[in-house]
Amino acid sequence: MSLGLRRVPAGAHYGVRDWLLQRISALVILVFVLYVVGAALLAAHLDYDSWAGVFAPPPVKLLTLLAFAALCYHAWIGVRDIWMDYVKPVGLRLTLHAATVLWLGYCLAWAAQILWSI
Amino acid sequence: MRGAVARQDAFMTPTKAPRPQIRNIGFGDLPNYRLPVPGVVSILHRISGLLMFLCLPLLLWLFEQSLSSERSFDRYLDFFHHFLGRLLLLGLGWALAHHLCAGVRFLLLDLHLGTAKDAARRSSWIVLALSAVLTALLAWVLFGVGA
Repeated sequence: MSLGLRRVPAGAHYGVRDWLLQRISALVILVFVLYVVGAALLAAHLDYDSWAGVFAPPPVKLLTLLAFAALCYHAWIGVRDIWMDYVKPVGLRLTLHAATVLWLGYCLAWAAQILWSI
Repeated sequence: MRGAVARQDAFMTPTKAPRPQIRNIGFGDLPNYRLPVPGVVSILHRISGLLMFLCLPLLLWLFEQSLSSERSFDRYLDFFHHFLGRLLLLGLGWALAHHLCAGVRFLLLDLHLGTAKDAARRSSWIVLALSAVLTALLAWVLFGVGA
């Protein structure tokens, strides 16, 4: 199963790309969280219309989906690092990696469905 | 000549110090291992991230209920009005607050800001305190007067 010196199929990509993307996605999520918290605080009495109004404009839907995509990618790197640190058998680790990717992809599609049903 | 070599061997052997053993800590060492404050912030960053990942379906479900229709918005409020629901949201609120504060600290460290030992310790305490204050504010909003 070895792909080379000390390389395993369910290992990292041995590069700086994930490290960088983890930080870029973190900034996207930070801006999004501040925006949502701010919008919720500004709507003094939060009812359905004002809350749904926050996400109703098409540009907000697209940017929200972008933020969810950043969140899913961020979660993938973080959870993958946890599996790599604590789960040593390659088969089990590969299964967990695959399950995590599929699950996060499902959640992203779910988020799109929620946003475009408003 | 021969005698000199033998004497030197006898002299050298006892001074050979045992090699220092360097090994990673295991779970058995955890109770006796004094983790420095930056280490506490780091492991809490991981725990809070995992907590939010595990609660992702619940959060998406709440997001869906809050946005689908006025009737589902009421279901969302029901969850919000339940004591256990609020307690769970408070826990996730702490996780988010800590993860964000610690994350900003890591970004600053990446920019080589505050990497000295004292500064790193101070910023760790600030992260712990700030997330505690934000959690207390959220608790006030969730459980305080008028909630």
